[in-house]
Amino acid sequence: MPKKATHQHAEAEISQPQRHPHRKVWTKPFTLTVLAVIALGLMSLFTGAYDIQNQPDGWAMFFITRIPRTASLMLTGAAMAMAGLVMQLITQNRLVEPTTTGTIEWAGLGLIFVYLIFPAPSLMLRMAGAILFSFVGTMLFFLLLRRVKLRSSLIVPIIGMMMGAVVSATSTFIGLVFQMTQNIETWFVGSFASVQIGRYEFLWFIVFITFMIFIYADRLTLAGLGEDVATSLGVNYNRIVLLGTGLISFAVGIVAAVIGNLPFLGLIVPNIVSMYRGDELRSNLPWVCLLGMGTLTACDIISRTIIMPFEVPVSLILGTGGAVVFVVVLLRRRRQR
Amino acid sequence: MSDYPLEHKGQGDFGAGLHSPGRSARAFRSKREERRYWILLISLFLLAALAAFGLLVYNNPVPVDSPSFIPVVRRRMVALVAMLIAAVCQSLSTVAFQSVTNNKIITPSLLGFEALYSTIHTSTMFFLGLTSFLSFTGVGSFLFQVAAMVVMCLVLYGWLLSGRYGNLQLMLLVGVIMGTGLRSVSAFMRRLLAPSEFDVLQARLFGSVNNADSAYFVVAIPLVVLAGALLLLYSKRLNVLSLGRSSSTALGVNHQFGVIYTLILVSVLMSVSTALVGPLTFFGFLVATMAYQAAPTYDHRYILPMALAIGFLVLTGAYFFMYHVFNAQGVVSVIIEMFGGIVFLIVILKKGAL
Repeated sequence: MPKKATHQHAEAEISQPQRHPHRKVWTKPFTLTVLAVIALGLMSLFTGAYDIQNQPDGWAMFFITRIPRTASLMLTGAAMAMAGLVMQLITQNRLVEPTTTGTIEWAGLGLIFVYLIFPAPSLMLRMAGAILFSFVGTMLFFLLLRRVKLRSSLIVPIIGMMMGAVVSATSTFIGLVFQMTQNIETWFVGSFASVQIGRYEFLWFIVFITFMIFIYADRLTLAGLGEDVATSLGVNYNRIVLLGTGLISFAVGIVAAVIGNLPFLGLIVPNIVSMYRGDELRSNLPWVCLLGMGTLTACDIISRTIIMPFEVPVSLILGTGGAVVFVVVLLRRRRQR
Repeated sequence: MSDYPLEHKGQGDFGAGLHSPGRSARAFRSKREERRYWILLISLFLLAALAAFGLLVYNNPVPVDSPSFIPVVRRRMVALVAMLIAAVCQSLSTVAFQSVTNNKIITPSLLGFEALYSTIHTSTMFFLGLTSFLSFTGVGSFLFQVAAMVVMCLVLYGWLLSGRYGNLQLMLLVGVIMGTGLRSVSAFMRRLLAPSEFDVLQARLFGSVNNADSAYFVVAIPLVVLAGALLLLYSKRLNVLSLGRSSSTALGVNHQFGVIYTLILVSVLMSVSTALVGPLTFFGFLVATMAYQAAPTYDHRYILPMALAIGFLVLTGAYFFMYHVFNAQGVVSVIIEMFGGIVFLIVILKKGAL
């Protein structure tokens, strides 16, 4: 199957149906957005307390921190937005994303366990723990959703956040017993302040994840139609759900280990995109990636300039703005119903 | 609770069942269950009283005949009163909340009271500075906090529950999200505070039964008694409201008014509890779930006292054991929360519906 799927442009594939000709990716608005995101990236490169132009080691600094920071912003933004999108497809619920399913809290629990077992864990170990736990946690949540009858789609994020609270209470308990609360505290506010050469390279795995999601885009869209429809259209539903969850957990786990908690990004971006463009995953994916990058970079620029020369964690900006956007999205949906 | 009508139908012979002498409109299915309920309720209250007494006098560092015995007891009394208030607030409000929302899984602490509480304090410090923050104590400020939380809930309920698109779940979700947003806002403001200001603020935000301020009792106790009594008096209506919107409307109860009235009382209770002892997410859930098991009836006149007894016993018992038996201070609330969380998961899985 993967062999077939690599020929993305061979239109006559059996498993990959023809693309609609009018769903061209490189439209005028898309090009403009790309330019806007590039401009944001450039702004991010030249924002900061250190004077690059006039200091002797300014350009060395530029390569040590500024470029890694901007790159990690782009990668993380894309990853979190895509994770939200895929989760929403799999659960058929618009309000689901890593923060509203407890995935991030599970990743945090994984980090704690790694700290508990290994005295001074390497980044690789921490990442493995976070990925493993967020996979298990997300699968548990999905299984729960399949086992339970739902009265309303709005109840899903409520339950997810309550589950997240259970998991984070467990983390707090472990932290209290083994005196690691400080680790949790610093982890829980996601920030790009510590990003520099040698500390962020694992984020490049996200490129691979993006690639995988693009390959499986159409099958994930089918899975989003529900188990019965997907099966009758010839998709192995369970396998694709497992794969999707795996990819999400991989992305969330990496981000959790390297950056920390970034709330609401996976919810806002896909919702805004599908408000304007509908639900086809493959043609939406570039948009979701791009807007994810743009949103996160813009938030990070705000977080760096608002109390110059200091900075606040970007997760606080995201949490504040994201909550407002989330409520607006909810109320708009209410009016449409 | 909700599955009793089904069980009755399951007995087959429906017509005969209607007229059989065994059936009645009483709160319990049988005399035996009623007796069991009363025995359980009284023994729970006795146990709770025992634990409370233990908390007061057990392991007192000074001997009974010493003149400093009474001050120690008085010091412990403050914590005990705080526990009692927390138990009343959390248990009554959770049961009432679950009844009007027609959902036995959610709790009113979802609505972000604790986030609003910390936002009020942080923004006082942030905008008005240290001196006004320090003078922002006493009865007046306590009343102000409670009023602010109740007003926020009123706005939220009034706005989201009324009108053509009124929707309970939407209101809950908006409440949850607003809680998250407020938490971010106040964390953001805390980042900008000077370290000395931050320290003062942190001490204030760290609420627990052990550093409850007895100066607030003058206001808190009347408020809780009033709201609790109103809720208990309303329990017959709660029985009807728990049937859902259409059934209660058909039975002649103004559903929207009833829901908003109950939610206001709930928000008063929750705000007092939060302002006094800090956030408790799953405690109310744990207590309510246990109360439904212990009181096999739909009737809130019986469920509410049972929830009260269980809540007080859980708090006092947990504190007594953790302090005097396991000598593990400071983790009590976390353990209650964790235990409540686990019960929560079990209930979801057993129930099979959300």
